[in-house]
Amino acid sequence: MTLRRLVHCALALTVAFAGLATLYLNLGAEFAGLAQLLVYVGAIAILIVFAILLTRGGDDKAEPSFSPGGPAGVILAAAVFAVLAWAVAASGIAHPAAIPAAPPEPIRAIGLALMQRYVLPLEVIALMLTAAMIGAVILALREKRPQPEQTHGSAP
Amino acid sequence: MNPLAACLLVSALLFAVGLAGALTRRSAILVLAGIELMLNAANLNFIAFWRFGTHPEALTGILFVIFAIAVAAAEAAVGLALILAIYRHARTSDVSEITEMKG
Repeated sequence: MTLRRLVHCALALTVAFAGLATLYLNLGAEFAGLAQLLVYVGAIAILIVFAILLTRGGDDKAEPSFSPGGPAGVILAAAVFAVLAWAVAASGIAHPAAIPAAPPEPIRAIGLALMQRYVLPLEVIALMLTAAMIGAVILALREKRPQPEQTHGSAP
Repeated sequence: MNPLAACLLVSALLFAVGLAGALTRRSAILVLAGIELMLNAANLNFIAFWRFGTHPEALTGILFVIFAIAVAAAEAAVGLALILAIYRHARTSDVSEITEMKG
């Protein structure tokens, strides 16, 4: 997040997502880890790289880096981290407790749960994904060329 | 250190980094990336509490993370499409230069 060039930021973000996926796999959540790997590293990173490619229309000016209120943002984020760390330390879970054994996470159980108990959220999420995809396509479509008499500054 | 506390600290650090990125960067794409990082921190919390919680056989954390990943994918797609539309309109992706709606 502190790198100046956008592409380096995107690559570092991909590495961070991949590291999170390995963390999920370490914690025993194979399905979520693989889904993270597929969705984030496979799709969102590519989307971000394409957005960087498309929003850099050959302008030679320096890429936008940090906003003028940058130090305040950093201080705010550090304060949030301090509060969260204090909450973790004060909640009593940092004391060595009995670590439960790794629970089995069969893919079959996830599939059954998705199809039986969570079938309504599954349908809702499918509908929402479809709506989001259609909305994204409509937003990203090039709008219709305005009529020549309505364009400002273009010679006829 | 308890692995649950370690996971929560990693998640808090990830959230802070994402928040700092979303607050300090001027590129709209990186603001979106910071938001994605914060979502991932929440997902890591879900996974950690599922793994070290009392009822890991209920699979609730896993399913919530799967749904959250789907929502994050939709959000990223719509957000990047919005950034593209704004870029086409204003010829910039700098969030501090898009001031047309400033009162």
